Amino acid sequence: MVFHLDKCIGCHACSIACKNLWTDRTGTEYMWWNNVETKPGTGYPTLYEDQEKYHGGWERGKNKPLLKLHSRIGGLKNIFSNPYLPTMDDYYEPWTYRYEDLFTAPQGDDQPVARPISMVTGKAMDIEAGPNWDDDLSGSPIYAANDPNLKAISEEERKQLFQFERLVFFYLPRICNHCLNPGCVAACPAGAIYKRGEDGIVLVSQEKCRAWRMCISGCPYKKVYYNWVTGKSEKCILCYPRQETEQAPACMHSCVGRIRYLGMLLYDADQIEETAGKPDTELVDAQRNMILDPSDPNVIRKAQAEGVHDKIIEAAQKSPVYKYVKEWRLALPLHPEFRTIPMLFYVPPLLPVMASIQHGKYRSSHDFFSSLESARLPVKYLAQLLSAGDEETILKVYKKLLAIRIYKRSETVGDIQPEEARLALEESKTTPKEVEAIYRMTSLAAFEERFVIPPFLREMAIESVMDPETRKEEAGTGHIHPPKRGW
Amino acid sequence: MSWIQDLMKPKMRLWEEFYRNRWQHDRVVRSTHGVNCTGSCSWMVYVKDGIITWEMQALDYPKLEAGLPGYEPRGCQRGISFSWYIYSPLRVKYPYIRGTLVDLWRNARSTHADPVAAWTSIVENEESRRSYQRARGKGGFRRTDWEEVLEIIAASTLYTVKKYGPDRIVGFSPIPAMSMLSYAGGARFIQLLGGVLLSFYDWYADLPPASPETWGEKTDVSESADWYNSKFIVTMGANLNMTRTPDVHFAAEARNHGAKLVVLSPDFSQVSKYADWWLPVNAGMDGAFWMAVNHVIMKEFYVDRQVPYFVDYLKRYSDAPFLVELEPWDNGYRAGKFLRANNLSRYRDVENGEWKLLVFDAVKREIRMPRGSIGFRWQTKKGHWNLEMKDGLDGSEIDPLLSLAEDPDDVAVVNFKESAGTKSFKRGVPVKYLEIENRRVLATTVFDLLMAQCGVDRGFSGEYPADYDDEMFPFSPAWQEAYTGVSRETVVQFAREWATTAEKTKGKCTIIVGSGANHWYHANLTYRTGITALILCGCVGVNGGGLNHYTGQEKVAPVASWSTLAMALDWTTPPRLQNAPSFHYVHTDQWRYEKGHADHHPLEGPFSKEHTIDLQVDAVRRGWLPFYPQFNRSPIDLVREAEKAGAKTDQEIIQWVVDQLKDRKLRFAVEDPDAPENWPRVFFIWRGNTLLASAKGHEYFLKHYLGTHTNTIADEIAKESVREVDWKEPSPQGKMDLVVDINFRMDTSALYSDIVLPAATWYEKEDLNTTDLHSFIHPFGAAVPPCWESRTDWEIFKAIAQKVSEMSQIHFPEPFREVVATPLLHDTPDEITQSEVKDWYSGECDPAPGKTMPRLAVVERDYANLFNRLISFGAKVKEEGMEEKGIRWSVKDLYNDLLKNGHVHEWNGKKYPSLSDAVDAANVILHLAPETNGEIAYRGFKTLEQRVGLPLADLAEGYRGMKYGFLDLVQQPRRILTSPCWSGITNEGRAYNAYSINVERLVPWRTITGRQSFYLDHEGYIAFEENLPTFKSKIDLKASGNISKTTAARKSIALNYLTPHGKWHFHTTYYDNLRMLTLSRGIEPFWLNDKDAEEIGVKDNEWIEAYNDNGVVVTRTVVSARVPRGICIFYHAPERTISIPKSPLRGRRAGGNNSMTRLRLKPVLMVGGYAQFCYRFNDYGPPASDRDTYVLVRKLEGEPRF
Repeated sequence: MVFHLDKCIGCHACSIACKNLWTDRTGTEYMWWNNVETKPGTGYPTLYEDQEKYHGGWERGKNKPLLKLHSRIGGLKNIFSNPYLPTMDDYYEPWTYRYEDLFTAPQGDDQPVARPISMVTGKAMDIEAGPNWDDDLSGSPIYAANDPNLKAISEEERKQLFQFERLVFFYLPRICNHCLNPGCVAACPAGAIYKRGEDGIVLVSQEKCRAWRMCISGCPYKKVYYNWVTGKSEKCILCYPRQETEQAPACMHSCVGRIRYLGMLLYDADQIEETAGKPDTELVDAQRNMILDPSDPNVIRKAQAEGVHDKIIEAAQKSPVYKYVKEWRLALPLHPEFRTIPMLFYVPPLLPVMASIQHGKYRSSHDFFSSLESARLPVKYLAQLLSAGDEETILKVYKKLLAIRIYKRSETVGDIQPEEARLALEESKTTPKEVEAIYRMTSLAAFEERFVIPPFLREMAIESVMDPETRKEEAGTGHIHPPKRGW
Repeated sequence: MSWIQDLMKPKMRLWEEFYRNRWQHDRVVRSTHGVNCTGSCSWMVYVKDGIITWEMQALDYPKLEAGLPGYEPRGCQRGISFSWYIYSPLRVKYPYIRGTLVDLWRNARSTHADPVAAWTSIVENEESRRSYQRARGKGGFRRTDWEEVLEIIAASTLYTVKKYGPDRIVGFSPIPAMSMLSYAGGARFIQLLGGVLLSFYDWYADLPPASPETWGEKTDVSESADWYNSKFIVTMGANLNMTRTPDVHFAAEARNHGAKLVVLSPDFSQVSKYADWWLPVNAGMDGAFWMAVNHVIMKEFYVDRQVPYFVDYLKRYSDAPFLVELEPWDNGYRAGKFLRANNLSRYRDVENGEWKLLVFDAVKREIRMPRGSIGFRWQTKKGHWNLEMKDGLDGSEIDPLLSLAEDPDDVAVVNFKESAGTKSFKRGVPVKYLEIENRRVLATTVFDLLMAQCGVDRGFSGEYPADYDDEMFPFSPAWQEAYTGVSRETVVQFAREWATTAEKTKGKCTIIVGSGANHWYHANLTYRTGITALILCGCVGVNGGGLNHYTGQEKVAPVASWSTLAMALDWTTPPRLQNAPSFHYVHTDQWRYEKGHADHHPLEGPFSKEHTIDLQVDAVRRGWLPFYPQFNRSPIDLVREAEKAGAKTDQEIIQWVVDQLKDRKLRFAVEDPDAPENWPRVFFIWRGNTLLASAKGHEYFLKHYLGTHTNTIADEIAKESVREVDWKEPSPQGKMDLVVDINFRMDTSALYSDIVLPAATWYEKEDLNTTDLHSFIHPFGAAVPPCWESRTDWEIFKAIAQKVSEMSQIHFPEPFREVVATPLLHDTPDEITQSEVKDWYSGECDPAPGKTMPRLAVVERDYANLFNRLISFGAKVKEEGMEEKGIRWSVKDLYNDLLKNGHVHEWNGKKYPSLSDAVDAANVILHLAPETNGEIAYRGFKTLEQRVGLPLADLAEGYRGMKYGFLDLVQQPRRILTSPCWSGITNEGRAYNAYSINVERLVPWRTITGRQSFYLDHEGYIAFEENLPTFKSKIDLKASGNISKTTAARKSIALNYLTPHGKWHFHTTYYDNLRMLTLSRGIEPFWLNDKDAEEIGVKDNEWIEAYNDNGVVVTRTVVSARVPRGICIFYHAPERTISIPKSPLRGRRAGGNNSMTRLRLKPVLMVGGYAQFCYRFNDYGPPASDRDTYVLVRKLEGEPRF
């Protein structure tokens, strides 16, 4: 998947779509398989990016990457008491209100009101935290200022970020990254988590899960949650029941910012371990390198030889994700230094230019568009987020994003000279043809161009366990395989 | 190279059925969301086992032309959380009634067989009446059944009509476009009854008065796809992410297409994230910014050099070349009224010469009368109302001079005001002399006045700014700094980039503007300054350009047929339509709490009165604004008395009423609003939160309408300053006898009402929905039948009507007649009735209904058949046709088609198209609307062609055969057709852009000149110094009068109180939704600047108490440097039902957002009977602004107490 952050409006329609479909049950109240964070900010659960606190993800080992959780303490030793689990304080205490009081309050001498009550205790409560507590909260000394990624920037820059004329924020929607080197899978003592072969979706088997909750710690993105009613961990399933019927995941379907793109990537699984073990600054490139060109005859031949269906290869060739990540090199993984090789990529946002206060008056930087030189958000900050600290990677992306706008302005208005536009393209090593393609995909692409997946060929999958005809005949007679309660 | 392998055995993956089963469902139904959101998104609602589970956006909008991004998906976080409401504990499942009232009722019913007599016994006993009034909002609800509440409602209605007249029955419901039939059900019932329907658009302060001022149109805007055509987008007071969530992608996509986005917003608002430039103009001061921009544009693009596109545009499409007479004033002159054609001998005898205006022809060097001004619209000879620059007399070509600068007779010293202060500036302006009726008159063009007003010196001497750095004189870039806080360099660069973009693209600059700019007292001026920049650069009526104001109005696309049905024009006319701001200002007694108005006070003339209420009374007497109740006597009794006095005809009855008024034997109710016979008595509320979210001055509503507890401590101080109204002591509390709320959730209005009727939600009914954000029409559908005992609004009003008709067999068995007063109306010849402001009441002229005073009509009501009329489409429309915007066309054959093909309701031996079912009603609307039936569009354009005299019907020719019925919409949203009722063109997938038809087809705007107005020459505008675009500062703390009685507690801070639209609700809708409350902070917090918060010792998420004379709010804070110092943000609008503690200061439950506001009407916006300054429901009148409000904020003392 690709999330185009320049287009994200932070509306959270994705979060609710997901909540409605999947986590609207007892035991799942606090689960937000999809959430949207304001950056700079502390995220959900709070400060999840701080692996000194949570010990999620991988470390670069001598020979191969090691799980941060186990490398320090040893997996089995702590199997019964996992010290790095987020607590309810890191999430929030789910609440509701005594709405019924509005109907049932007896005649009194003042207006009745619905008070908040805890969903855990049923008692009246003070609401001190929520799943989106620092929403839109740039300039907050408590939340924005404690963003772990700000550590990389200087004290002076940090200060400036909290001045009225310079402050800024943007949104970061997050779901499970469906990683190639998932920390959750590796951490699970029960072998309950697996990555599906046909689509790469990482799932927690609701049958095999034994509530060790190591997955929660192992995932540096904190995208696995424990269901306290069923006693199983649950996480984003990328709406496989919808995808299997060629419908987009609910979060993507409901994205009114049209920021989401879903498509197939072919990659070389042999390179996973090596990629995850690269030095920080090489991680993004290494991940790009393991993604294979689906139009390369060599790749096609090998894929076919290994039984990859033609329809999958065809879909991979049309994949918008391939274009953004590999071809155009605009989309980057979130915190590659966690080394899980996340398969969700972000195009960084363009933000307003800086301003200054001169003689008490607000003076905007003179740049016509958003620019690199007067960007409100330090490149270093974005590098912390999307390139393991490598600023060059971010700069390259930005130059290209800006070149697109300059080129289109020159073409459609003409107050930017063609020479300037040509220089912008040259500097960002792109061509009018590529710019046109990126522009079209970013601005004009209809749903069917943003969502390109191969047909799921369910009849073939079902055939491995039962005759599809029998499946057809028995459909609708309830659960074929009801999940059992855990312990 | 290897591929990922499935490591799990297929059998181990059988559990995956778990989530597949969760996704299963039984039914998917298309529906959408009604008020308050105006996004008009099509949704698919999922049903499983007969229970609504969730909703997902529809993706199947028809595509627009190539090169435009699509509309899919539409829908936001709020919409997608709606399904939570259906089965939530907030759902109103049964009818409820206040216990105190139902006890009284049951008791009364046990002794009175007649329900009307029972009701009489309750409300005519002051003790019993006050007992249930005082209980309002204090709990004690009892579940009851439909029969009982319907009986009470019908009995109170009939009692009120009999005792006082039908114009004491009031209904309110907002934004019909969002569920047209739900609105229409109640509106139709009210109008058949003779009751009063309150407007919403001006009441919400969403009506931008600058739109009727400039264009003669309440609002017409681009659909959001047209933003994509723009190359310079400015947002002002519009937080697109918040309020235009499903549309904002067009702005993001436009950026990639090379558009620049500039955000004007005092805080780093959510949309600022998208901006290239974020300019934090001080709250409420945007007008100063734009005036300086206009200064630069005029200097660099009109004086230093000329841009042919701009000049040509201004000559043809604006009033810039029209001649204005200069009046002697203060040792010089001031701009006066437009020169009139009948003043010149050449045109002395032309029809409507007083309403035909003049320009100076560059070739003939003479004054000429071009076609298109309003006199041509209403003259007998048709075909000359167009924008061709041809002489109205002989058709010769005219090339108007924009400026007299190249050939002046003289230079006159004209006074210009710095309206932000009190200073006056004398500036030289080029003039022509002319002889009129033996006197010499000085005239200049609007363009020359505008040039001087903006302060651009062309060498005519006077007090002009020397250059951009001159801080002394308005409106230079340096001058504006003190108001806006934005540097001169930034303003100059902005203006250059703006105008250059417009020059290169021929007008593709747009302003997206919203409530953040419009909710101020002087919003009309702010808008006009921005509009000036648009018109100067030829941006209006061009795809990608124009003023895009989306706040609140939302477009009922099939407006002609819908309003015919909703206002029951198929049975009786005229309807009683009331501008709500005036109504509530007067009836909630908020006028009693102010000494005068906050505007500049004209020293002499008809507008020199001190108090707003006096100007309000004048406006009613002169027919400028409506007011109900009309008179201090029943309008039914008036007919009886007139007849008793010998009146035979309607005309004689009306004359008798006029004489009574003239002799002061009959009085306007507005002159004595606190007399019991002049109170509104029964209040129907549906689809709205009238008592809180929309109640500016909410605490006064509680006090004077409901007669229950209140948090206001303000003194009633108007006594000494009012002249035209009677002052009563003490002021009445509890004017309303009965408040009925129709609702699906227990919101604040429901909580304070006497009766709550359970309404079907948006997923439980059939209805229609359109918006101006896109160009589609689409339906509501019932995914499940109305839950529990709820009913659709349509069915509820049917039930009420049925009960009223049933009881009328005894109380009104025969039809009866009454007198209906209505104001002078826009889009009728009323527009040319009052060329001068004259007062019949003081004897300056004769009282002439429809000319110098309101129109009066005698109307027949038939209550015994009210139900039959409600559910059948009357034959009046068959005979008289349908009308919109002054065009009337025949629908006789189509009416007959309905009889032949559709459902029919038969009574009294006659057959009518049935409206029994909401879908029937929807089909009648669709069948007769130009926007959904190409044949009607064609007919409408044919009619318009005659008046304009230029071809127009070709716009509809290709679509004549297209027609959509309700089932077509269920299949897929459909694009509305190009229509004579609107000004944009949707043919061939083109994005709708307002005023394209005016620009491309030379159809005049509905203004005095027929062109876009820079200059407003009504006497009121001259008196209040708003005849030219200008800037007036926001009202300051002292003038606001908000903190007079209140004393500042220790460690408190006074802040400007802003209530922009928030992220987690639309008004109060969705506010109480658990999903939204979970994703926010479980409460609506007060946003404070970090330094302001520090000053009063408050930290993030701590409780504060905010208060002023009007009321109090207790909530938690969010502390952020995102908010500038000096303002606080309390996003509009939280319910006071959720998590609100008591106020230590006032001792009671604290209130909601409107607890701290009080109504303030702007007098100049009340004028009427003059071209575009004419009343039209929801389209015109003084809005109820609320931003010029101040509060004190302090840390809450102790723990919150609930």
